[in-house]
Amino acid sequence: MKLLRGIQLMFIRNMRQTLRSPIFVFVSLFQPLLYLFLFMPLLNGLGGVPGLPAGKTVQIFIPGLLVMMALFGSAFVGFNLIDDIRSGVIERFLVTPVNRSAILLGRVLRDAVVLLTQCVLITLVAIPLGLSVNIGGFLLSLVLYAMVSITMASMSYSFALIYRIEDPLAPTLNTITLPLSLLSGIMLPLALAPLWLQDLAKVNPFSYAVNASRALFAGNFQSIDIIEGFVIIFLLMSVVFWWSLNSLRKLEE
Amino acid sequence: MTEELVIETKGLKKTFVSKIKGKKKEVEAVKGVDLAVKKGKIFGFLGPNGAGKSTTQKMLSTLLPPTGGEAKVAGFDLQKEQSQIRKNIGYVSQAGGTDSGATGYENLILQAQLYGIDDKTAKKQAEELVKRFQMDSFADRPASTYSGGQKRRLDVALGMTHRPQLLLLDEPTIGLDPQSRVYMWEEIKKLKADGVSIFLTTHYMEEADNLCDTIAIIDDGTIIIKGTPMELKNSIGADVIVLGFSDEDIARKSEKLLLDRFHPEKIAMEETFVRLHIKDGDRAIPEVLRLLDANNLKAQNITLSKPSLDDVFLKYTGRSLREDNK
Repeated sequence: MKLLRGIQLMFIRNMRQTLRSPIFVFVSLFQPLLYLFLFMPLLNGLGGVPGLPAGKTVQIFIPGLLVMMALFGSAFVGFNLIDDIRSGVIERFLVTPVNRSAILLGRVLRDAVVLLTQCVLITLVAIPLGLSVNIGGFLLSLVLYAMVSITMASMSYSFALIYRIEDPLAPTLNTITLPLSLLSGIMLPLALAPLWLQDLAKVNPFSYAVNASRALFAGNFQSIDIIEGFVIIFLLMSVVFWWSLNSLRKLEE
Repeated sequence: MTEELVIETKGLKKTFVSKIKGKKKEVEAVKGVDLAVKKGKIFGFLGPNGAGKSTTQKMLSTLLPPTGGEAKVAGFDLQKEQSQIRKNIGYVSQAGGTDSGATGYENLILQAQLYGIDDKTAKKQAEELVKRFQMDSFADRPASTYSGGQKRRLDVALGMTHRPQLLLLDEPTIGLDPQSRVYMWEEIKKLKADGVSIFLTTHYMEEADNLCDTIAIIDDGTIIIKGTPMELKNSIGADVIVLGFSDEDIARKSEKLLLDRFHPEKIAMEETFVRLHIKDGDRAIPEVLRLLDANNLKAQNITLSKPSLDDVFLKYTGRSLREDNK
């Protein structure tokens, strides 16, 4: 069984499941929309503080919000894997000749596609609010969000494969996701933070993703932030995906 | 002609290591199992929950790497040729493996594709399987709407998608209503008639008795005894033939006659009844009747009771299988 064919089959299977109840793709848009309409106006009022140039709030906020969607939107996908473990579906796949990594890659790619759809929709909604989009930068930023999404989904699947029950999954994922988003300067610029908090943010890989995302939206292609963001998130994604693959191998132990 | 084996294991072992409060604890789930499963037969693996049945089966299906020992499954080495084994076996776990979010057809088509079968053939094969397992009335509905029996049919059909020569079934009728259970037994017998070798685990004695050519009883990770159901039942003692007569005199005469002729393990008279403890009771009955007839002794009624596999289990493990599973 070729790896690509395996990924394709698994992707279709998972995508079909998502499309069977597409309403949830839109329900999860509700939260970012709330941030857009109920939180962003607060930032407008700040105007001109460090890291948030006056009149450009939307330009700074949206690229961060999209990273946050990738963080939270993909962090809880482990729950549907637990269903598949319990019903024996994963075991059945494992006995077929399909490549083990295809079983997970088909899932994380589905998660990435769902996330990118949401990112495009939110971006479209934000354009009338004054967001200017650099097309090249935006397309590149989608690659970045996909990598963030795959990282978080892989982590979620790892915990699902380790716990195999729902109860401890939500608290674990919340405990990890919340500090990651607070320490990435999404809500408010980190320039406002005390030095110790800024240092702490430096060890958070996702703060680099936010910086890269903002540089891409600004069309600032010379910025070192872009390279840094891509390299760091790519490495993180590789490590976390490898971890999830390892957890799948240990499922039966 | 020597009979071909579809599964052969020597000293197959599985030890789980679990950490409890930082201390490593080893649990020997399967302690060196030797099995020989003949091609084209139904082999039953019996034992209470936690005895090591499913663990052994998961090792044989490549899901779980063994800690020690050797095994050949479908002619391939379990340690080295796992991908070959996967192509040649079907495995239906206790949970089943049906994707409840998809329809029966979708389940079957994907399963075939995962075995490298092209889309067109996969579709055709799915249709054949739907007919074969009589799923026409529900195969295009999502599996989440299926009854227990319907779901189990799909589970087994999924295991048979790539026409494996060996099918491993983990508790195939657990939780099914009596009617669905009988249906499943018929299906399993049909698979055998088609030449498929079957290795099933069960803790239902009637199931093992009804289906299996050979059984092995496992308890606490060790095989206690193996043989045909008949051999195992015979091993624990004789059948009992009870003869009823019109009066004690005839009964006494019959008792003496039977004692001289059969030299049974035990014979006893109670009022007008004679209890004859004898091996292969079903074969002895015609002879008993002929003997009595020839001597003009008329039996009014005759009953035969045979030991059950429950008795076998009780004898070899010292406890009843049913109690264990409650």
